[in-house]
Amino acid sequence: MTAQSWGLLALFLAIALLCVRPFGLYMAQVMEGAPIWPVRVGGALERLIYRLCGVDPAAETGWKRYAVALLVFNALGALLLYALQRLQFYLPLNPQHLPGPPPNSAFNTALSFVTNTNWQSYTPETTMGYLTQMAGLTVQNFLSAATGIVVAVALIRGLARHSARTIGNFWVDLTRVTLYVLLPIAAVIAIALVSQGVIQNFSAYKTVSLLQPVTYRQQQVNAAGQPVMQTVTTDEQTLPMGPVASQEAIKELGTNGGGFFNANSAHPYENPDALTNLIEMLAIVLIPAALTYTFGHMVGDTRQGWAVLAAMIILFVPLYALCNHAEQLGNPRLSALGVNQTASRLQSGGNMEGKEVRFGISGSTLFATLATATSTGAANSTYDSYMPLGGMVPLFDMMLGEVVFGGVGSGLYSMLIFAIVGIFIAGLMIGRTPEYLGKKIEAFEIKMSSIAILVMPALVLVGTAVAVSVPAGRAGPLNPGAHGFSEILYAFTSAANNNGSAFAGISADTRFYNIALGLAMWIGRFWPIAAVLAVAGSLAAKKRIPVSAGTMPTHGPTFIALLIGTVLLVGALTFVPALALGPIVEHLLLWSH
Amino acid sequence: MTELPGAIFDATAPRSHRGEVREGPAKSMLRPAVVLLLIMTALTGVVYPLVITAIAQVVFPVQAGGSLILRDGKVIGSRLIGQPFSAAGYFWSRPSASTPQPYNGLDSGGSNLGPLNPALIQAVKARIAALRAADPGNTAPIPVDLVTASASGLDPDISLAAAYYQAGRVARARHLSLATVRGLIGAHARYPWLGVLGQPRVNVLELNLALDAVTQPAGDK
Repeated sequence: MTAQSWGLLALFLAIALLCVRPFGLYMAQVMEGAPIWPVRVGGALERLIYRLCGVDPAAETGWKRYAVALLVFNALGALLLYALQRLQFYLPLNPQHLPGPPPNSAFNTALSFVTNTNWQSYTPETTMGYLTQMAGLTVQNFLSAATGIVVAVALIRGLARHSARTIGNFWVDLTRVTLYVLLPIAAVIAIALVSQGVIQNFSAYKTVSLLQPVTYRQQQVNAAGQPVMQTVTTDEQTLPMGPVASQEAIKELGTNGGGFFNANSAHPYENPDALTNLIEMLAIVLIPAALTYTFGHMVGDTRQGWAVLAAMIILFVPLYALCNHAEQLGNPRLSALGVNQTASRLQSGGNMEGKEVRFGISGSTLFATLATATSTGAANSTYDSYMPLGGMVPLFDMMLGEVVFGGVGSGLYSMLIFAIVGIFIAGLMIGRTPEYLGKKIEAFEIKMSSIAILVMPALVLVGTAVAVSVPAGRAGPLNPGAHGFSEILYAFTSAANNNGSAFAGISADTRFYNIALGLAMWIGRFWPIAAVLAVAGSLAAKKRIPVSAGTMPTHGPTFIALLIGTVLLVGALTFVPALALGPIVEHLLLWSH
Repeated sequence: MTELPGAIFDATAPRSHRGEVREGPAKSMLRPAVVLLLIMTALTGVVYPLVITAIAQVVFPVQAGGSLILRDGKVIGSRLIGQPFSAAGYFWSRPSASTPQPYNGLDSGGSNLGPLNPALIQAVKARIAALRAADPGNTAPIPVDLVTASASGLDPDISLAAAYYQAGRVARARHLSLATVRGLIGAHARYPWLGVLGQPRVNVLELNLALDAVTQPAGDK
C-alpha cells in the first residue's frame, strides 16, 4: 500500500468519526421526539401528515403490528414502482420517450429498490425516464433507507425498554426519519455535489461535436435481413442529462447504490473528482456509523455504541488494506507485456482496468470496500475487473452479513443480532445464562436471531447452486472459468444481502436472473426484518436484571473480540468453500505461471 | 437508567409502552400505508428534486448543466466527459469499453473482463501495438492507464505519466518543441490535494484544446 492510500483512509476515518457523535445524538433526539429546532420547524407538516393518514402519533404498537405495517407499506411501494416503470411511456417527464421495461425486468427493479438493494439489471440511460427515476427510484431510495433505520430503532427500544408491550409506531418513526434525517442531509449533500460538477437538470440529452471525428465498426442488418459489419464515422457525442445530484445524494446517504447511469459512481456526471468521491464515501458511512452512537445514547450507556463501532472499524481496515494491496500490485499478465503499473509521482499505477484515473487505486478500493461493507453497492470502479483477491474483498464484505457499518439501520440491527448470538455462545462456554444490557437472552431470541442470520447464507448458497445447475443460469457469466463462477456467486450474495453491486459482466437481464434475484432480494430483506422485530418485541417485554459481579461487560475489549469472532466465524465458515471455487482458485491460477 | 425490579408491567415504564395500545382492526393499516406512500412520493420524489434543481440552476448553472465547453459559440464537449482521439497530433484518451463507438455517452460502463480473461490480454496487446506504431522510436514502458479501459468508458483524464509518454509523438506531429508540449502538460497537470486526495492527472480534452490554441491540428496520422 502506498502512503497516499493510508493517508486517504486516515482522512476519511477522521472526518467520519468526527460526525458520529453529533449525528448519532441528533438521530436519537429525533426518534425520541425531543423538541429540538428541526422538529419544531417541521412539526406542522408532520402533524398534517398524521392527520391525512389517520394516524394517532401517540399510539404505539407491539412488534407484530409494527412488522405488518412495515410489510404492507413496502409491498405497496413495490407495486407503485412497478406500475410507474411499466406506464412511463404514457406519463410526463420522459423527453427521450423511453418505453416501459418488460415485466420481469420491472419486477426485479421494483423489488430491488424497495429492498434497499438497488441491483440494476437494466441500463438506466436508455431505460428509465426522468419521472421513473424521481418519483419511483428516488422515492424508494428514501423509503427503503427509512425502513432500515426504523427497524434498528425498534430493536434499540427493545433493548432500552423493560416491561413494555410496545416498540414504537411505524408510521411515526418512518415519517420522522424521512423528514428530519434523510431529507435535510440529502439536500445539503446534493448541493455540495452540484457545486463540484454533478448535473441537476431536466434537459433532453445534449448532442455535442467531437474535437476529432471517430470511426468505428457497427453491426447492422442489411436489406436481406443479414447482420453485416459497417464502418461508421461520426463527429457527434450524446451527453445524457437529468436530475442526478438529488438522486446521487440519497443513493449514498441511504446506502442504496442504484446509479442514475450505468457506470454508477464511476460516471463523471455522478462523481466528477476526488472531492466528490470523498463526500460520497462520507455520505455512505455517516448514518451507519452514527447509529451506533444513537444506540448507545438510547440504551443509556454510550460505551455500548462505541464498542460496536470499534468492532466495525477493526473489521474494515484490514479488508481495505487487502483490497488495496491486491489492486496496487497490478496484473502480472500485463507486466509481462511491458506495461508500467508502478505507483509514482506521475501515476497511480496498479490494476487500472475498470478504474478511473481521478480515483486511482486508493480512491477506487476505499470506495469499493466501503460500498460493499455497507449495503450500498454503489461502484466507482468495475469489481469484475479487480484482481482475484481484490475482487474477493467486496464479495467477502457482503458475506459477513453487511455488518461492517452495514446498511442504514440494517447494519446496526444485524450487528446487534450478532452480539446477541456472540453473548449466547460466551454464556454457553462459561455456563451462565447469557444477558445483554440487562436482558436475559433466551430460546426465543436465539431462534429469531438464528433465522435473521441464516436466511442470507441459505439464499446465497442455494441460489448459486441452482444457477450453476441450470442452462439459464450458466448462460449468465461473461468471463470463462472460475471468474464466471464468481460472477454468479457475487450476484446471489449481492441480492440476498441487499447490496446491489455486481461483477457486472454477468448478463442478469434475463427472465431467470430477474426472478431468482428478485426473490432473493425480497426474502433476504424482510425475513430477517421480521425476525429482528420479533426479538425487539420479546426483549422489550422483559424485566431488566441488575448488573452483578457475574455480568459480562459489553463495552470492553473482550466483548469487541467476541463480536468480531462471531461475525468472522459465521461468515468464514459458511462461505470459504464457495470462495475457494471462485476467487481463491483464480488467484492461484494467475500467479502459478 | 435506574434499575428497578418490579412487576412485568411496572409503573416506571412510560404509559404508552405499557400496553395502552390503541389498535384498530388490521385493515386500518391500508389508509396510512396508501396516504403516507403518496405523501412521501410527492415530498421525496417531486418536491425534493425540484427544489434541488431550482437551487442548482440559480447557484451553479454551469455545473448543473453538465460543465459544457464552448468554442466559437458551439458546444464542443464537456469538461467532465472524455472524447476519443486517434490522431498523432492529439493526446489519446484512455481506451473505452463503450459500444458501438468509444466514449458513447449512452453506453457508460467498463469492459468487466476478469484479470485472467484472454480477451483482456488480447485487447491490451492490440493497444500496445497501436501506441508503438504511432510512435516507433519510443521504447519507454507504457503507463497502465493508457492500455486499460476505464470504469465509465468516459474517463476524461489520463495520468501525468500517460501524458508525458505521448509528448514526443504529439510534438513531432505538430512541429512543436518537446519543451512546449511538456510545458502545456505541466500547465494543465493536477496533483493530489495535500498529497492525499486525488491522483496525478490531466484532462485530455482541455489539453488538446490548448494544443489547438497553439497550433492547428495536423491531419489524421
